[in-house]
Amino acid sequence: MASAPDTADPSKSRRLIGWIDERFPMTKLWKEQVSEYYAPKNFNFWYYFGSLALFVLANQLVTGIFLTMSYKPSAAEAFSSVEYIMRDVDGGWLIRYLHSTGASAFFIVVYLHMFRALLYGSHRKPRELLWIFGCLIFLLLMAEAFMGYVLPWGNMSFWGAQVIVSLFGSLPVIGGGLVEWIRGDYVIADATLNRFFALHVAALPLALVFLVIAHLMALHEVGSNNPDGIDIKKHKDAEGHYLDGIPFHPYYTVKDVVGVAGFLLFFCGVIFFAPTFGGLFLEGPNFEPANPLQTPPHIAPVWYFTPFYAMLRAVPSFAGTQVWGVLVMGAAIVVLFFVPWLDRSPVLSIRYRGPLYKIALAVFSVAFIILGVCGLKPPSGIYPQLAKICTALYFAFFLLMPWYTKIDSVKPVPERVTGHA
Amino acid sequence: MSDQVDRSRRRLLTAATVGTGAIGAAFAAVPFLTSWLPSERAKALGAPVDVDASKLEAGQVLKVVWRGQPVFIVRRAKDVLDQIGGHDDLLADPQSADAQQPDYIKGAARAVNPEYWVGLAVCTHLGCSPLGAFEPNKSTQLAGTDLGQGWPGGFYCPCHGSKYDISGRVFKGMPAPKNLAVPSYTISADARISIGVDSAPKKV
Repeated sequence: MASAPDTADPSKSRRLIGWIDERFPMTKLWKEQVSEYYAPKNFNFWYYFGSLALFVLANQLVTGIFLTMSYKPSAAEAFSSVEYIMRDVDGGWLIRYLHSTGASAFFIVVYLHMFRALLYGSHRKPRELLWIFGCLIFLLLMAEAFMGYVLPWGNMSFWGAQVIVSLFGSLPVIGGGLVEWIRGDYVIADATLNRFFALHVAALPLALVFLVIAHLMALHEVGSNNPDGIDIKKHKDAEGHYLDGIPFHPYYTVKDVVGVAGFLLFFCGVIFFAPTFGGLFLEGPNFEPANPLQTPPHIAPVWYFTPFYAMLRAVPSFAGTQVWGVLVMGAAIVVLFFVPWLDRSPVLSIRYRGPLYKIALAVFSVAFIILGVCGLKPPSGIYPQLAKICTALYFAFFLLMPWYTKIDSVKPVPERVTGHA
Repeated sequence: MSDQVDRSRRRLLTAATVGTGAIGAAFAAVPFLTSWLPSERAKALGAPVDVDASKLEAGQVLKVVWRGQPVFIVRRAKDVLDQIGGHDDLLADPQSADAQQPDYIKGAARAVNPEYWVGLAVCTHLGCSPLGAFEPNKSTQLAGTDLGQGWPGGFYCPCHGSKYDISGRVFKGMPAPKNLAVPSYTISADARISIGVDSAPKKV
């Protein structure tokens, strides 16, 4: 359109756009990806979390860049440089709390985003690769969050790094050498902190951004799923537009801005009134500098890792190795990649599924939350037993999925999307 | 010169070029991978540590750093030493068959001089530093955990709940798979301990 002006005297901005479009597909990209990307018209609340994840990613990138300007990645200076940011750098406290709270917010929106996929079958054909890219993003995000947590070099940073890096030591034969290679020393030390910094600020964010682009490209190639889990491409109007679709811009850009506004209300509330969130977002022992001689009396990872940490603890060592707990924890992530093929239901959305899937998903969600609580608590009392039961339920949800989704009853799926248009 | 493209020749040349490039790339990756190994400076910091343990009272523990790792030196009371073989049936590896010590350290006491126990304060599970809880036969509260009535005295790891006896031998059914490691060390008659120096020449 812009490359072929239809008036004799196009305005200057049109001419500029035309000039660019002859050299770079700007208008083409905008139309394909935004203004003429047709998304189902029946998106609901659950569809906020994808765009919110993008928003939080942007927040982490911007605040992270500014933090690196005052942070010193060395064992001798890291802890005091974070205190310096908090006390002496103008606005430093806000930038740091935006970043630390952003880490927790990232996991909240990503967990809800993944739950949405389980609700509406968004991982099913033809969106398997889209889901796999998402799982890879989740995996990288965990690595990114872990390494970021080490950087302040508080006592929990140090011992958290010690525990997580030691996980690799349980692998047979290569374990010991691998741990030394990761640490770059015989203990968690300056070399470890320095390389974690490099990975946290350069390598992993770069990989994350590339994966997010791949995730969006896959999404826009196959089109978004929707709460009815039906294909909106079947019904088109005379111009070839989907009858159940609306252009992403302006309809969903506006909707997502409302989501961002609502999100910011909570996000800023935490930053201004409860930045440590009762020790959940920033843990108490991390306000003491790293002490290689003193493990904090109660060590627990940040809340978003606790479900997996509880699984690790739930498995006892036998045959002279604790590798089993590590394998179970790894398997808890790996199994996610296979969900598109484990689910054998003829329908996608929970709206048209029978009671079995609804019960399974509810039990799974409760088990996951209980695991999260168990991971925060000391390994005594009822918690170890509870963690064992919930670990079994977590895996049962995935590994029994081919059977219960197959025998589950289904309701008839509508031809067109439901709800108010 | 023929206009005909010799496809098999072209494929062979392409494969050879790609193969050579891949081998080159593999060699080029070596310095990047080795840059993550402990540096020469880190290796140099492994010197022995000398400690005077004679000032320790029975039941007291001293924590020193050797090669960046915390090391326990515990002076054990007579009554604790007397019952040290009494709970072998509760232990995963009472004879320390899974060698976690130099070969001159043997038996239930796992020490050169049974009065002084020297061992790495590094849990064999995931590397946390265990806490000392040396008072036996009473209900001990530690890090929110009750160690139980029959607790024989020993170490407790707060991270994942592994328990060790006073010789660093792990109890059965714990997350930790092995006994606490004992470093090589020498101990003189007046309880001067050199950690990192072998008591007996190593068998070659």
